Amino acid sequence: MGPIRLRRSAGARDGTRESDVRLRSLVAAVAATAMGISLAACGGGDKDDSSGGSTGDQTLTYWASNQGTSLDNDKEVLTPVLQKFTQETGIKVNLEVIGWNDLQTRIQTAITSGQAPDVVNIGNTWAASLQATDAFLPFDGDAMTAIGGKDKFVPTALATGGKEGTDPTSVPLYGLAYGLYYNKAMFAAAGLQPPKTWEEMVAAAKKLTNPAKNQWGMALAAGSYTENVHFAFINAAQNKADWFNSDGKPTFTGDGNVQGVLRYLDLMQKDKVANPSNAQYDNGTKSVNDFATKKVAMVINQNNADSSIVANGMKAGEYGVVPFPAPAGGEQVASHVAGINLSVFKNTKHKDAALKFVKYMTDANTQTTLGKPFSSLPVLKDAKPVFTTDAAEAATFQDVYNTKSKPLPLVPAEDQFESTVGKAMNAMFAKIATGGTVTADDVKAALKTAEDQVAASS
Amino acid sequence: MSVATETAAPAPPKPRSRLEHRPGLNRWLPYALLAPAVLLELFIHIIPMLVGIWMSFVKLTKFFIANWSSAPSAGLGNYKVALDFNNAVGQGLLKSFGVTVVFSLVTVAFSWVLGMAAAVALQPEFRGRGIVRTLFLVPYALPAYAGILTWNFMLQRDTGAVNHVLNQLHLTDGKTFWLIGGNALISLITVAGWKLWTFAFLTLMAGMQSIPRDLYEAASVDGAGNIRQWRNITLPSLRPVNLVLVLVLFLWTFSDFNTPYVLFGTAQPPAGDLITFHIYNASFLTWNFGTGAAMSVLLLIFLMIVTGAYLLVTGRRSRRA
Repeated sequence: MGPIRLRRSAGARDGTRESDVRLRSLVAAVAATAMGISLAACGGGDKDDSSGGSTGDQTLTYWASNQGTSLDNDKEVLTPVLQKFTQETGIKVNLEVIGWNDLQTRIQTAITSGQAPDVVNIGNTWAASLQATDAFLPFDGDAMTAIGGKDKFVPTALATGGKEGTDPTSVPLYGLAYGLYYNKAMFAAAGLQPPKTWEEMVAAAKKLTNPAKNQWGMALAAGSYTENVHFAFINAAQNKADWFNSDGKPTFTGDGNVQGVLRYLDLMQKDKVANPSNAQYDNGTKSVNDFATKKVAMVINQNNADSSIVANGMKAGEYGVVPFPAPAGGEQVASHVAGINLSVFKNTKHKDAALKFVKYMTDANTQTTLGKPFSSLPVLKDAKPVFTTDAAEAATFQDVYNTKSKPLPLVPAEDQFESTVGKAMNAMFAKIATGGTVTADDVKAALKTAEDQVAASS
Repeated sequence: MSVATETAAPAPPKPRSRLEHRPGLNRWLPYALLAPAVLLELFIHIIPMLVGIWMSFVKLTKFFIANWSSAPSAGLGNYKVALDFNNAVGQGLLKSFGVTVVFSLVTVAFSWVLGMAAAVALQPEFRGRGIVRTLFLVPYALPAYAGILTWNFMLQRDTGAVNHVLNQLHLTDGKTFWLIGGNALISLITVAGWKLWTFAFLTLMAGMQSIPRDLYEAASVDGAGNIRQWRNITLPSLRPVNLVLVLVLFLWTFSDFNTPYVLFGTAQPPAGDLITFHIYNASFLTWNFGTGAAMSVLLLIFLMIVTGAYLLVTGRRSRRA
């Protein structure tokens, strides 16, 4: 350092000033960029459409959820359907498709600020929680008649629309159910039959697991709290355990709940039929892709997996679906009543137009048009599933949806149940994946914490 | 600030002579010039802060967010929940606080050391210095989201570059989890440090430009080595810069939200549960904005105490010196 400086000291001063100037402009540029970034970050997520009901008299704003293979795909599918609605009624629809990561926050923002769309898709498990905000239009007698009467819906599907014994604030739009997808060729090669009980499923999965070849029996979305909590619910339901009592108070630490959660965790821990890497799978698409690319023999997913499986190159006849099995002697619950509901914001300025739109989206024609691209089950009583050409698969899912599904707890604290129990399961899977052990006592302690969190904020 | 007023003082005479003809304008001009800043400050900082403080005293749950004014008063209830360390919520907050303290201290130290090393290394002129400087600024110029997302890809277990490289070097079996479990904190510190050290570098480099070169020349004539020069010239001369720099780095890291949010997504591990992210989850996932606001106010109080104490201690010391 020293010598260089000495030699150059004569000419250095001018050089310094010049580099000073350069540095200063550089600093300014960097500061400006940084500010731009942080401002953009602040604005992120609420580039709210001011069109929320204020423009024109017959334009509805509709927030759709992501049902197809991408947001653009959703837009492509919905646009002609909405155009048909405009032709029939003269009501224009302003469509925005919102990804699942943002949808709940967007709805929250809309409720809080009153800057809301007219009609919105919601995950049906949020129905009771959203109903509690009092921001949505109840489908009372008149409103229900306006959309075609409650008798057109499958009763279990309509039951997800809100708390029991109240006017629902949402009506079913797309039906979904869990099923156990299996690779027919792999099962045939190993001489296996599709499993009818949990024990058979585990035995088959063990036979089809070979870690050395990176071949696994099952793929789990073990890092996704929404997926995890569904399995906590279903496995506990198979043990006849509930998550809330009749007063709406959490009962997470019952024996059936703990054993149900542990049974699911044990797929990775004790049975070792799932790759520990699954603990990082933070959405269902990742596990479905493993199945579609034949890295795993089985995956438990909702029927909308079909579009992803086919998109990844697997053909319709190459996989079969059976109901997600309960342990021998357990309750035959194979799914929760999953799906998407449609809600109208209470503060809409176009109530009649909004109800017309709900009627249109839930009528038999529209349901048939959208059933295939969105791989959904019909929510209407007399409709047939159209999402697959595989008749056996369609029958299986329809059977699960109509007779083997139980609705998630219809209580205002349902959303907290999802986040607390789901995240607790994420953490337990992470512990297992990184070499730790999770015992029944650990599960109970984790569920106790979740229960305390829910109790504290209700 | 003080520099600005000092340099501004000698300058005014010329413009003032022109404005003296219009005394009214003269009186109002400073206020008019200040007004936009005051208004913005009011709307961007003061009012939201007051709203936040108000929120911490009401029961703002999902039952009331559609009509805020109907939310009943909670008194100190939200604070009691947040500070009851026998309860799950309080314990969670305490754990998250602990994680954040460790995270901040290590990240600040890491960034400062790296920034200082780079600034010293680029002090002498050499060919290509400009290019190296520019390269060093990349993490800072890159949009935070893109940078952190790239780290997320690199830190994947099966497909990530980090595991691949470690495996090729025979350091690990290439099956390490970086984003879940205990390693999550290490990943978080690395990414946050990577993002932040260039700011330390930039600031220190700017500070070094103002150290008179004669000092170094004199020192090396007296036979002082590089380390001695650094310790006795560079470091003391940079003291005012360092005081501000360390404080700013600490405040930034302590309230860092982007890094855990983008790095972990919705699957954030307990070891990477930083406090701002924890508060976000407490308010948005459970729809309990009252408790979330109470936690934010507690965080604000803590940071104010730390900042106050820091300025008091360092201020006293520099006055003594």
